[in-house]
Amino acid sequence: MTKTRLLATAAAVASFAVAGSAAAQTEVVWWHAMGGELGERTQAIADAFNASQDAFVVRAEYKGNYTETMTAAIAAFRAGEQPHIVQVFEVGTATMMAAEGAIYPVYQLMADAGEPFDPDDYLASVVGYYTTSEGNLLSMPFNSSTPVLYYNKAHFEQAGLDPEAPPVTWQEMSTMIDALQASGVACGMTTGWQSWVQLENFSAWHNVPLGTRENGFAGLDTEFVFNTTLAVDHIAMLGEWQKTKKFDYGGRRSDSAPKFYSGECTFYMNSSASYAGVRANVDFDFGIGKLPYHEGAEGAPQNAIIGGATLWVLQGGEAAEYEGVARFFSFLSSPEVQAQWHQDTGYLPITYGAYELSKEQGFYAKNPGAETSILQMTLNEPTPYSKGLRFGNFVQIRDIINEELEAVWAGQKSAQEALDAAAARGNELLRRFEADNS
Amino acid sequence: MHKRAVFDNRLLPYLLVAPQILITLVFFIWPASQALWTSTLREDAFGLRREFVGFANFERLLNDPLYLDSFWTTIAFSASVTSLILFFGLLFAAMADRIIRGITAYRTLLIWPYAVAPAVAGVLWLFMFHPTVGMIAYTLQVFGVNWNHYLDGTHAFILVVVAAVWKQIAYAFLFFLAAMQSIPKSLIEAAAIDGAGPWKRFRTITFPLIAPTSFFLMVVTLVYAFFDTFPVIDAVTSGGPARATEILVYKVYRDGFIALDLGSSAAQSVILMLIVIALTVVQFRYVESRVQYQ
Repeated sequence: MTKTRLLATAAAVASFAVAGSAAAQTEVVWWHAMGGELGERTQAIADAFNASQDAFVVRAEYKGNYTETMTAAIAAFRAGEQPHIVQVFEVGTATMMAAEGAIYPVYQLMADAGEPFDPDDYLASVVGYYTTSEGNLLSMPFNSSTPVLYYNKAHFEQAGLDPEAPPVTWQEMSTMIDALQASGVACGMTTGWQSWVQLENFSAWHNVPLGTRENGFAGLDTEFVFNTTLAVDHIAMLGEWQKTKKFDYGGRRSDSAPKFYSGECTFYMNSSASYAGVRANVDFDFGIGKLPYHEGAEGAPQNAIIGGATLWVLQGGEAAEYEGVARFFSFLSSPEVQAQWHQDTGYLPITYGAYELSKEQGFYAKNPGAETSILQMTLNEPTPYSKGLRFGNFVQIRDIINEELEAVWAGQKSAQEALDAAAARGNELLRRFEADNS
Repeated sequence: MHKRAVFDNRLLPYLLVAPQILITLVFFIWPASQALWTSTLREDAFGLRREFVGFANFERLLNDPLYLDSFWTTIAFSASVTSLILFFGLLFAAMADRIIRGITAYRTLLIWPYAVAPAVAGVLWLFMFHPTVGMIAYTLQVFGVNWNHYLDGTHAFILVVVAAVWKQIAYAFLFFLAAMQSIPKSLIEAAAIDGAGPWKRFRTITFPLIAPTSFFLMVVTLVYAFFDTFPVIDAVTSGGPARATEILVYKVYRDGFIALDLGSSAAQSVILMLIVIALTVVQFRYVESRVQYQ
């Protein structure tokens, strides 16, 4: 009898103790969109943070791809079940910014929690994309990348070209492709994420606007102008190239990758974060070059802009939990964590500290080409046209651009017609976004 | 034949149908009414601001040439998918019905594709037709067809139709075969003795007798083509290239879940609902009146 009672008491005490320790640790929920290998790296960051202190626990949860994660977080917000942190891709930025009652701007979060935070530590062209026109950082950059030019060195040798000299301009590239095709290569170049690489980054790299009002940074009354710039000539050139497979379209997102992996195309333009995928899938030597620019274009090359995602903080939690979020963000942007993430994944380091550390560790000496993305980003001080993009409904607009570009590649429309249509359709969505948010 | 069943307890019949009614209310009526309500609203993604706009969402859709495009794509897609499924289902069933040796093996093989999830079916065909690594694309290349469904809308359309059809033939096959096997052998034999060849027997005996099944399959397959082909489209083309394979149900998903334009997406799903209701009513009123149920 006494024995049972004793046991019961012991059990009760034990359970209190467990509950007590759980209550002492404040839980922070983080929804992310990093699957596979990247998901493991992401989990490792959360684990490292949890091991580094015992006041907070960050619980990282994979919620599907970027769109699924964003939709899940928004649906959860509507139901009052939102996570503290959600990873949102760059094209969702305007939507998140406009949701004023729903988000907790990072600069304010850091100030409220009393965490030391200096925006100048961060790569200007990375954080610039996510700051207000007053210079306040709204979301924490996590994984950012820029497009680079991958090329097949074996093809270069076969065509008698110097494998260490990737083309600097599109004109050079054109001549090279002619030589490559003469030597038996089927296709010159292909691209991933056509809107991001061939239109958005193209415009920033050549310092021409994609839209008015500083690409939307200065106000919601922005309008697309990419149908009036050098971009038209560029798309027209690619459309012409498509006819002889100097350029060969391989699908949206990164669907074109097999064309490069299989040795069909010599050049492949895609995110610097495709590095791991390329390395794993090719059995030839490959090199990485900067984005080419058009000869004689004034102001080119300017600087590339980023793609990828940032961490947004959602309102609705307890003050103590936000303190945990702030502590986690400080941890996340520390040079050691950032350098590791950068070196493992090919994403950009978000702070100068992490960049310096990677240099000291000799990472770039061992991995030539890995620095290309950073050099592109920091080539020049960002201008109003190369700071980034801020267009509402941009997820839909990207799809419109995809559709219209596909019409050019298929020979159904001229570059001018397609870009005119894309701009007109896009402007309609911009006006709707303006009406909904003012 | 008609027999009136009478329950002693007046409450019992209601209790017996209650679960069904409850399920219909919770899983159909309630979401459908939510869709109706949302379709009259204009709101931001987070639901922070909402505004009643009446029929403005519908008005914008019906004035949008791209929506009408999508409408025609859907008509072409559903018509091709439904007719091909019914045709091949019937053809295979008629052939399998005549086989005597190894019927089980044939039947099993023909039913297999039905067990494949639509998205997987899509990916299978995607691999075979992949312009760079696909077997079929390679073979076509040999015959001078430059297959590239990433670029060519017609190619993409053919590919999603093939994938959607392939998966569902098994279903039609199963029903047709069952219907054919329930036809009394004596009828067929009598006709054969009278000198009717296989084609004539099929046309004058089998086909009219399986009409109720054909009708049922037509309704079900049309609904399949309208709604359940979503995973195929999503996995194979995502509606591209240049919107060549964007059917209505895919547009509902894209506008609602990717673009977060809930009002327009809800309005589209209401229109879709009306279309399917109308089609079903038409089928029951006009087609069914010609079908003989024994």
